Amino acid sequence: MSGTKTTYNDKVVRQFAVMTVIWGIVGMLVGVIIAAQLVWPELNIGWLHFGRLRPLHTNAVIFAFGGCALFATSYWCVQRTCSARLWGGPLVPFTFWGWQIVILLAAVSLPLGITTGKEYAELEWPIDILITLVWVSYAVVFFGTIAVRKVSHIYVANWFFGSMIIAVALLHLVNSCEIPVGFLRSYSCYAGVQDAMIQWWYGHNAVGFFLTAGFLGMMYYFVPKQAGRPVYSYRLSVVHFWALIFTYMWAGPHHLHYTALPDWTQSVGMVFSLILLAPSWGGMINGIMTLSGAWHKLRDDPILKFLITSLSFYGMSTFEGPMMSIKTVNALSHYTDWTVGHVHSGALGWVAMVSIGSMYYLLPRVFGKSEMFSVKLMTVHFWVATIGTVLYIASTWISGVMQGLMWRAINSDGTLAYSFVESVKGSYPFWAIRWLGGVLFLAGMLIMAYNMFKTMAGGNTKDATIVVPVAHHA
Amino acid sequence: MSDFVSDFWNLYVIVIVTASILACVVLLIVQGKATFTPGKTMGHVWDENLEEYNNPMPRWWTWMFVITVVFAFVYLALYPGLGNFKGMLGWTSVGQHKIEVDKMNAVVKPLFDKYLAMDLKAVAGDKQANEMGKRMYLTYCMQCHGADARGSKGFPNLTDSDWLYGGEPEQIKETLNNGRMGVMPPHAQLGADTIKDLANFVRSLSGLPNDSVRAAKGKEAFASTGCLGCHGAEGTGMHALGAPNLTDKVWLYGSSEATIIETITNGRQNKMPAWKEFLGDAKIHLLSAYVLSLSQGAK
Repeated sequence: MSGTKTTYNDKVVRQFAVMTVIWGIVGMLVGVIIAAQLVWPELNIGWLHFGRLRPLHTNAVIFAFGGCALFATSYWCVQRTCSARLWGGPLVPFTFWGWQIVILLAAVSLPLGITTGKEYAELEWPIDILITLVWVSYAVVFFGTIAVRKVSHIYVANWFFGSMIIAVALLHLVNSCEIPVGFLRSYSCYAGVQDAMIQWWYGHNAVGFFLTAGFLGMMYYFVPKQAGRPVYSYRLSVVHFWALIFTYMWAGPHHLHYTALPDWTQSVGMVFSLILLAPSWGGMINGIMTLSGAWHKLRDDPILKFLITSLSFYGMSTFEGPMMSIKTVNALSHYTDWTVGHVHSGALGWVAMVSIGSMYYLLPRVFGKSEMFSVKLMTVHFWVATIGTVLYIASTWISGVMQGLMWRAINSDGTLAYSFVESVKGSYPFWAIRWLGGVLFLAGMLIMAYNMFKTMAGGNTKDATIVVPVAHHA
Repeated sequence: MSDFVSDFWNLYVIVIVTASILACVVLLIVQGKATFTPGKTMGHVWDENLEEYNNPMPRWWTWMFVITVVFAFVYLALYPGLGNFKGMLGWTSVGQHKIEVDKMNAVVKPLFDKYLAMDLKAVAGDKQANEMGKRMYLTYCMQCHGADARGSKGFPNLTDSDWLYGGEPEQIKETLNNGRMGVMPPHAQLGADTIKDLANFVRSLSGLPNDSVRAAKGKEAFASTGCLGCHGAEGTGMHALGAPNLTDKVWLYGSSEATIIETITNGRQNKMPAWKEFLGDAKIHLLSAYVLSLSQGAK
């Protein structure tokens, strides 16, 4: 055992890093399958139809792939930037094994149709309790490590990771409040429009904290590390951090425009969604400007390619989001593929790319290597993933806007110009392109897995020694 | 009606929304007053080489932030948002819906009224009315009856001349207006053997291959067990009850022996929803005429 106070706990980082790649492949494979089911409906076989597999896809990519990436990077980052070994003893391996069990339970229960029916919170109450236990342990480990840090200041990445951990705990506890009526069945504590509002307060902040704040934490560590340059502006981090975590909490109602939700709530949700633009972009500016003066590194460093491209997609989708929250735009975009495209420009372009870049940084280090087995394959992965993302987003934009326009088109006699099925028919070619985009992205992940296993072979898994900083003041 | 159970929550929303937006401005102002040393770091180092520059926030970014805050206040002055305050424009989503519906109705009402005043058979023969009816059919009816109106298992074909509840204009209109509840009661109590006899008899009625011995026994059972109460002595059905004609070649659930046995054993329940409240007289009139026109080519 290397569990001494003089080394970092790299074992748990290694475990989560490897599982990030594995779950990424699983989650994206399910995504490719359901994309194929839209193009070839005969692929909906038995219980493995779109309705059952879609929540499996979302849970697998968000909580299995994204979750493992967050655990791996936050555990690596908090140890290095606190110059301290992870605090919490047995809680540390519990967060790993507990989280893997949650994922396995999701993979079994969702295809069986065991679901609460709440989007991104489908797992039934016994699994919700396990999630709570794991997450609280995560908080204890993370903040415990911060508490025993050997440096006076808390690094910016840890603010984001920390806010993510606190907010996700709050979101999970409030939204998953449910009354069990058996081991595999429960009903929400809330009813009607209140239930819808709580659900989308949760849903939007799952995006805001799990998929934005957490991954910004990743960005704030790995971009300056890989670029070898200081973060562009400390003050910008302060302002955009507080503004981001504060205003995100208000934006949920934009998921319920033109519904039974009261008008005042919709308006408040919309204005805060617009205010959210600048705080969101603060992270993009700080990341991309960190590279200023070192742009040449982008040419032959695939890790930086992933990281900087992810920030570009992040900037694009956080511009698109506030625009789509404007009621008149939402009237066209809501319920169409445009929403799906928007989510994937965030999920593939931002979340997956920043995770992949960070994993390419982490993997060789946790296996005692200086770099990945093949840098060339990393570059191939980058281009395959980028083309896949662009195909996905562009095709769903076109089909989304087309659907929105077709659904609202009316003849001079007041009848609808198109029946719903005509919009389905019109969407077919774009769904095929979207599927192809997904296939490319998945192919990139397979290349990554090959590269990872080659890197792991003969690796050295000794924990690194803690570097205690010398007192340093300007 | 207020959205709040008490005036406290009205005030709460006004105060917390306003204060929260202002908090963004305060954050910008307070942090903007820091001393900046562009190109110099803050002096802290983490993990050997992580540092931060003490650069100011980009001016264009600060202005973008301010503009969205200003927009928020302007929007909340014009539109509902601050508790019970209705906004200066008096806009509501219900009101917007009403305006759009009224505007469209003003344009199309004369057209619909023209057809409403006409006899249903005459409307069925009108080309423009049929096109309007078809568009509405494709919006409201095709989910069950199919894009080609030929129905599917459990959903009647509208293009043939077979009518469960009658094909006269007023009967069709009644079906659309108030819906229909079709019930074939379960007859498991008759026993599997008798049910098999009945199934063979039913098949014989429309000339399908059958076991003649069983069919003969089934014919007796048809009379003695009460089938004729709904389907009639000749098996030709009854429009008043929606009991299908068993002598034609039209099958709602299928004509195989196994399917008929299933129908007799477990019964069938079928529902055509009532559309009167949702669609209104004028649309029902046009849709009824369209449905009538569909079967006019049939024998």
